[in-house]
Amino acid sequence: MPTDAKADVKESEILAAGYEVSHSKSPLFYDKYERKGDLQGQTHYCPGCGHGVAHKLIAEALQDLGLQDKTIFVSPVGCSVFAYYYFDVGNVQVAHGRAPAGATGIKRSCPDKIVISYQGDGDLAAIGTAEIIHAANRGEKITVFFVNNAIYGMTGGQMAPTTLVGQRSTTSPWGRRPSNEGFPLHMAELIAGLEAPVYVERVALSDNKNVMKARKAVRRALEIQRDGIGFSFVEILSPCPTIWAKDPVEARKWVAETMIPNFPLNVFKDRKHDPVVNAVVPQRSVQEVLEISNAPVGPDAPIRAAESLGDLPQGTPSSGTDSTKARPHQHHFKQFEIKVAGFGGQGVLLLGQLLTEMGMREGLEVSWLPSYGPEMRSGSAHCHVCLSKERIGSPVISHPDVLVALNEISLRKFASQVAPGGLILYNAERLPADFQLPPARVICLPASVIADKLGSTKATNIVMMGALLEETECLLAATAEGVLKSKIKKVEMMETNRKALAAGREFIDHYVRVGAVSQPDGFAY
Amino acid sequence: MSGPARGNILISVEECKGCGLCVESCPPECLLLLPELNAYGVHPAHYTGQGCTGCGICFYCCPEPGAITVYRLAPPHKPLAQGDSHAAAL
Repeated sequence: MPTDAKADVKESEILAAGYEVSHSKSPLFYDKYERKGDLQGQTHYCPGCGHGVAHKLIAEALQDLGLQDKTIFVSPVGCSVFAYYYFDVGNVQVAHGRAPAGATGIKRSCPDKIVISYQGDGDLAAIGTAEIIHAANRGEKITVFFVNNAIYGMTGGQMAPTTLVGQRSTTSPWGRRPSNEGFPLHMAELIAGLEAPVYVERVALSDNKNVMKARKAVRRALEIQRDGIGFSFVEILSPCPTIWAKDPVEARKWVAETMIPNFPLNVFKDRKHDPVVNAVVPQRSVQEVLEISNAPVGPDAPIRAAESLGDLPQGTPSSGTDSTKARPHQHHFKQFEIKVAGFGGQGVLLLGQLLTEMGMREGLEVSWLPSYGPEMRSGSAHCHVCLSKERIGSPVISHPDVLVALNEISLRKFASQVAPGGLILYNAERLPADFQLPPARVICLPASVIADKLGSTKATNIVMMGALLEETECLLAATAEGVLKSKIKKVEMMETNRKALAAGREFIDHYVRVGAVSQPDGFAY
Repeated sequence: MSGPARGNILISVEECKGCGLCVESCPPECLLLLPELNAYGVHPAHYTGQGCTGCGICFYCCPEPGAITVYRLAPPHKPLAQGDSHAAAL
């Protein structure tokens, strides 16, 4: 039996006796933890908790791989929420279950960093199931350590998705019944079933041998991230003596005897290459797409070919057929915001898309934000279009410069939002009698009637587009024709649309004075 | 085996939570929990002073980052390595 004198052996004595340190506290851990007074020397984990061991294995691997200064550790919600007290690396703590989403953002903005998401089973397998599945499916180049103790530990022992069949918890006091609570979720198998993950393994902190296997798995997972191969996932079966109401040694045995048969240990996936990178997906850049849609087709092709801004500054000598080709268009605005609204089916969203594509072809920054919802079919729909010379902060428009109202509901709903001095294009012969005029110009234009006369009410939106372009001069009409040609396959439909575009422009030219202001009777003449 | 043990262990009484996992996992069974309580009211782990092989298993099984430090007897041929011609040239 030891004596008290032996209990006071000093490190210096051991070293003097010819020993050297082989295993000691990793420099990845802070010397003193930021905890209350005399607790600064200890972690907050219960005696025998698996988190401590998992922390040590991760710390050792990071230290050996020399990654301490490059590591960003994402703490979850759960017992390990305070991981940032212990790890002397970059630390982020995220909302419950969202660690893979946070890690995705961090990894994508700092691709050279090592990003570790460390989560428990309540965090990863319950509230965060969506995040982990999608991060894994996208093949994010992060490492996820999933500490599974088959129970909610921090909150006091509620049933988790990973709770075993028959296991008692505060919310399954008679044991988990598959008929009522379903079966335990096998996350490692689930993740391994996806295409993108590179490395998926389940290990256990159940005995010496398995702890050493876990050590290898942790290291392998981090190496995969270091080498930039792809998504790595290690599930660690871990004891929770307190909630399981067992002493630490028994709890470890319970992992070995009860958990492992239910959650078999295995390397489910270990690839050498990133399947995401290797997957060959034909993808065209925006420039290529524009070149393709601008390529001359048919006899009157030059009109379209002129519109790509790419070739405008070069000042290519025009062949004489197109006079607009020589000088680039100077847009008179810094940012131009258009709201298009009407019934679903009136071409509201398409009009927005056409304007956006035109803006793109003229070299502007563009955004198109449709409203989706129950109003899509025969209700009212709207979309926001933003054309800008600078990068667009938000595609949401609160005060549009132009409102294109294709029906009365839209006019009444959105007219008050239009910026003072803005323009409202309203699809009717006159304003509703009781309509309060906003501080914007209103042009009433019976676009549906015009389009119907031209052969199809479907072209209402194109009539409106013609009017919009002619009145505001925000984009070139020639670009509109180019875009329409690339969108519309049928020859006769193209003809109708070209006429509709011209009719809209003509209406503004012939029926509306330049600079007209809305009159009290509702007409803008 | 005569002479000093191959390994040695130092347990920080401040950090030990007395879970006993090191005692359970130690292959040569040279650890035990002290009958006395420490400041936190637990029985801290303790090295009997005999039989440690320096394998480090207790270190990996202990959940506290700094509770256990494992030492190994320095290999006797080390002084010779210092006299190595390559080392001397450096």
